[in-house]
Amino acid sequence: MNGPGKMGLYLGLLVAALVIPQIPVLQPYLIQFAFLWVMILFAMTWDIMGGQMGYNSFGNIVFFGVGMYATAVVQRDLYFTVEEYAEVAGGEQAALTVAEYLTGLGLGMATGAVLAVLIAAVLGSGILGLRGHYFAICTLGLGIAAGELASGWDYIGAGSGLVTPLLPDELGERGPFFYYVFLVLAVITFTVLKRLYAGQFGLAINAIRDDEDKAEALGLHATRYKTVAWCVSGFFLALTGGVFGNLVIFIDPTDVAFAGPTFGVWMVLMAILGGKGTLWGPVIGATVFHVTQEFFWTYLFGWQRVALGLLIVVVVVFFPLGIVGWLRERWPQRFGEVVDEEARRVQVSLEGER
Amino acid sequence: MSAILEVENVTKTFGGVVANDSISLSVPEGSIIGLIGPNGSGKTTLFNSIVGYHPIDGGSIRFQGKELSHLRTPEIARLGLLRTFQQTRIFGRMNCVQNMQISLPHVHDNFATMLRKFSPEISERAEGLLDFVGLYAKRYLRAEDLSFGQQKLLEFAMALMNRPIALLLDEPTAGINPTLINGLIDRLKRANADFGITLFVIEHNMRVIMNLAQHIYCLAHGELLADGAPEDVQSDQRVIDAYLGAH
Repeated sequence: MNGPGKMGLYLGLLVAALVIPQIPVLQPYLIQFAFLWVMILFAMTWDIMGGQMGYNSFGNIVFFGVGMYATAVVQRDLYFTVEEYAEVAGGEQAALTVAEYLTGLGLGMATGAVLAVLIAAVLGSGILGLRGHYFAICTLGLGIAAGELASGWDYIGAGSGLVTPLLPDELGERGPFFYYVFLVLAVITFTVLKRLYAGQFGLAINAIRDDEDKAEALGLHATRYKTVAWCVSGFFLALTGGVFGNLVIFIDPTDVAFAGPTFGVWMVLMAILGGKGTLWGPVIGATVFHVTQEFFWTYLFGWQRVALGLLIVVVVVFFPLGIVGWLRERWPQRFGEVVDEEARRVQVSLEGER
Repeated sequence: MSAILEVENVTKTFGGVVANDSISLSVPEGSIIGLIGPNGSGKTTLFNSIVGYHPIDGGSIRFQGKELSHLRTPEIARLGLLRTFQQTRIFGRMNCVQNMQISLPHVHDNFATMLRKFSPEISERAEGLLDFVGLYAKRYLRAEDLSFGQQKLLEFAMALMNRPIALLLDEPTAGINPTLINGLIDRLKRANADFGITLFVIEHNMRVIMNLAQHIYCLAHGELLADGAPEDVQSDQRVIDAYLGAH
C-alpha cells in the first residue's frame, strides 16, 4: 500500500474507534470493547519479545500484575490508611473526588511502570542470558511465583484481594471512561512500537531472533537490546494493568493480577493467531480472538473452553505463521519482497558482455 | 609489514581432544593469509578462539597489540576483527538491505542509537555493497529465500558493511558454483586492495587459496604442520601426506 493510502487507513480506523462509544446500539458493550483494547495491548506487548525477538516469555503477566497492584496501592495510600480503607471498602467504598481519583491513578500507573521496568531490567540481566526454550521455561515460573507472593502479602490484601477506588460519578459511566483510556493507551503503544520497529532497535531484535550468535559476531550489544525490549514490554503492560485493576474493581492475586493460565496464555495465543513478529499481527489476532471468545461464551456456553481449544489447534495446524504471516507467505510481493527486474536485466547483460 | 594479529602458543582442548596444540602464527597488516588443513585439523576452532567464541586454555592472542583472550565475541568484533561462518549465517527473515543495515559497525552504539533510523547514505552504501557482490536485484528478498551461494555472498557483503580492519573468512567459496568462485576471488582481492582489509582465510579449495594467499599456514591434528609461500606449502611432502592420510 502507498503512503497516502496507509495514512487514510490509519485515520479511518482511529475515527471509527473514537466514534464507537457514540453509537447507541454499541453502548451496552463498551466494557467489552475496553477489554478488546486490553487484549490488543496484551498481544502487542508480548510480541515485542516473543515475536520480534524470538524470546517466548510466559512471565509477562508479572508486569501486568505489578502495575495493577502498584496503582491500587498508590491510590489507596495517598488518601487513606490501610485500616480506614478496609472499613470503607467493605461498605459504601471509598468516595474520591475527580482530582483525587485521577491523581491517584496517574501516580499509581507511573509507579507501576517504573517498578515494572526495574523488575524487567533486574530479571533480564539474570535470565536473558538464557536462550530459546530455557528462557521460556524460566519465565513460566515467574508468573506463578508472583501470584504466590501476592497471595501471602497482607499489605496488598493477600489472598482476599484488593479493592480499587470507584470511578467518581463526575467522570461518567465506567464504559466510555475505560474505553477511551484503553484506546489512548493502545494507540500510544502501537505508535511507539511502530517507531521502534522502524529503526535500529527493530532490526536488532529481529537479528537476535534470526541468529543471535551472528548478531554478536557483528558486534551487536545483544544483551542490551534484549533487556530494553523486555523493559518496553513491561512498561506498557504495567500501565495496562494499572487501569485494568480500576476497571474490574476487585484485584484477585491469581485470577486477575497474575492470571497466567488465562491472560498469560492468551497474550501468546493472540500474537501467534495474528502473526508473530509483525506490526499488525497482534492487533488482528487479539481482535479475532476476543470476538470469537465472546461468541463462544454466548452461543456455546458450557463448551466455550473446548471450542477455544479447538480453535487453537486449528490455528497452529493450518496457520502456523498466523493470519498476517500466512498472507505474507501467500503474497510476498504485496509485502515488498520483489526482485528488481530492471536491475536484474542490467546485471545479466553485463555478465553476458564479460 | 607489522603483524596485526598475533597468535602465540594457543591451546584449546575439548574434553580429551586437543583441537589446537600450542599454535603460533602471525598475520601482517594488509595481507591475505591462508589457513589450510584436513577436516578436523582445528582450523575453525582456531578461528573461534581468536574471535572469543570460547575461552582458550593457554596462550595469547593479540590484535593491534591488544590482548583478546579475555574479551567476548561482540567486544572483539567492535575492535574491528570480524569473522564469517563456515555454515553461512545470515538473518533469514529479514531482507538483504535490512541484513546490511544491521551490520553497520556497532562500536559507537548507545541507548540513543537504538532509535536511529537508517539515513539515505547508509542505504546507499548497503545497496552499493550488495551491488559489489551481485545481489542488488534481489535486495528486497528475504535472505532465507536466496540460494546457499548467494547467502555466502550476502554474508561477505555484511562483513564489509561492518568496516572491519581484519576479516577471518571460514571457507568463503564452499558451496559456491565454479563460475562464481572466480568472481568471489576477485572481490576478496578487491576488498583487500581497495578497502585495505586484512584477510585470514580458511579454504579447502587449493586453486582458490593458491591464487589468493601470500602466505599459507597448514594445520594437522591440531598442530601447526608447515607454513610458507603457497608454492612451497603445496609441494611440502608433510602437507601432501596430511591431506592424503599418511601418518
